[in-house]
Amino acid sequence: MTTGELTADPPTDRRKMQIREIAIGDGIYRVVVAACALVIPALLVLVASALGRAAWPAFSRIGTSLVTSSNWDVSSGEFGAAPALYGTLVSSVVALIIAAPLALGVAIFLSEFAPRWLRQPIGFLVDLLAAIPSVVYGLWGIFVLLPVLRENVMPFLRDTLHLGATPFFSGPAYGPSMLAAGLILAIMALPYISSVAREVLLAVPRSQREAALALGATRWEMIRDAVVPYARSGIIGGVILGLGRALGETMAVTMVIGNRPEISASLFAPGYTMASLIANEFSEATNDMHLSALMAVGALLLSITLVVNAIARLLVYRVSLGSRA
Amino acid sequence: MNRAERRHLVSGAMIALTYIAAAIATLPLLFILFHLARAGAAALSLSFFTQMPTPVGEPGGGMANAIVGTLVLISIATAIGLPVGIGAGLYLAESTNVRAARVVRFLSDVLNGLPSIVVGIFAWEFLVRPVGHFSALAGGVALSAMMIPLVTRTTEEMLRTVPVSLREAALALGYPKWRTSISIALRTAAAGIATGALVALARVAGETAPLLFTAFGNQFWSVSLNEPIAALPLQIFSYAISPYDEWHAKAWAGALVLISMVLIISLVARVFTRSRFGGAVD
Repeated sequence: MTTGELTADPPTDRRKMQIREIAIGDGIYRVVVAACALVIPALLVLVASALGRAAWPAFSRIGTSLVTSSNWDVSSGEFGAAPALYGTLVSSVVALIIAAPLALGVAIFLSEFAPRWLRQPIGFLVDLLAAIPSVVYGLWGIFVLLPVLRENVMPFLRDTLHLGATPFFSGPAYGPSMLAAGLILAIMALPYISSVAREVLLAVPRSQREAALALGATRWEMIRDAVVPYARSGIIGGVILGLGRALGETMAVTMVIGNRPEISASLFAPGYTMASLIANEFSEATNDMHLSALMAVGALLLSITLVVNAIARLLVYRVSLGSRA
Repeated sequence: MNRAERRHLVSGAMIALTYIAAAIATLPLLFILFHLARAGAAALSLSFFTQMPTPVGEPGGGMANAIVGTLVLISIATAIGLPVGIGAGLYLAESTNVRAARVVRFLSDVLNGLPSIVVGIFAWEFLVRPVGHFSALAGGVALSAMMIPLVTRTTEEMLRTVPVSLREAALALGYPKWRTSISIALRTAAAGIATGALVALARVAGETAPLLFTAFGNQFWSVSLNEPIAALPLQIFSYAISPYDEWHAKAWAGALVLISMVLIISLVARVFTRSRFGGAVD
């Protein structure tokens, strides 16, 4: 067989045309998809700049008293959102204290211990928690959770367990409260935390587990000493991701927290959050400064959640990308 | 009890605790679905779907305008969010500029965690304030901003499951790159991408906060993009916080309709994935 046949003919004009068409098509395609991808950073920049600009008049006039003062009085032009900031942080922390251990338990269950036939249905049900709209959680919170809290849970915590002696569980039990907000947020954050935790646990190499078992560890010791430490930064990332969700959650919290702008140590007392402050007052903003102050609260909420989310993602990437590479 | 026995006992107890955690985590869902089914079904009737809201005290009435309004809003969101998300997903999956892709991927994850109320006031500042009135369009755009990062990331993940050999085969046969991407890669991953799109759709269908100051809600019939429009989540919210028992019942009925829409979309998405990937993809 001769190899000389392989020398190509010089390209014809038609072929040159085709090549040019392909190059043009590829060029257009690349520009279009790059433009789509550009929408994402552009959106973030737009959101941040639009909020920043709208919030500027309030920022420059109110300054730091936006976060240090508790006096929010529209008629006299006082805009201190400290109770809302406090409520946002406390309700989210309460939510995490409840949700994080549970979510980790669920993730360990699903990734390690669940029998095959249970794995799919339980995983599906937990995922469904994330699909329930916030307003439906709020509706359920108002008409089911609040009465149960008022009649049973709060008196039980305060009187039966004598936790009323601490400042955190004292005072009258109305129902709408920081505790209610924390509980609803815990239910809502749980699926996010557990799905990230499950993912990073599954990313832990098999050899890690086998090595622990071969050294004589029990199944729990394997999880505690060989699997969880390996996935630690990813799990923490998942928890922080849940925190991000909880911080920004609006409707359900607005419906159960009581919307009272006061700082109280007791979880039984009603509270306020930044998101519910905006939701309640924005469409009835009476003057430009009021509007700008609400925008400033929005800008503050945006910055907090951006930082929290960025940290969470970087932690999760460290585990999941590390194992893929 | 010796040491080994104790260790095995602890191990058993901790494993049992994870079972309990799983049980506790699924309980709220069952409670919520149970109450929705009971209170919602009691207030649901055919007229709920066909009639307009009535004032308190007047019998009958429904949420026809809100149901249609939600459909209009998610159509706008999908019309914008789906093509942009798929395009961005293609970029992320195929990008040769690794650093740019990494930045976009990171930002899209961050965007995904943006509080919905912030998206709402952003859309107000951008689309309502300059025009001077609330509109369905502003609501749809706000929802699309929530949809884009979701669609982008699932599209990327699904495109990554397409074997490189398939692309190479198309390229070797003389397909241009862009046709390879669209008629080979995108088509192969179509089921997965459809699933991702449906999940995103289900999520934005229930969003309320971005609509508060954009679509705003409307007691009357309107499908105009340039006017305030009713939406199911908004209607549920205003009925739920009202003082009237009658409206509370309607809120439950509305919530049942909304959750059914969301669950049906999620289940369709689930079936899509399973038929294609044998349940391997979540």
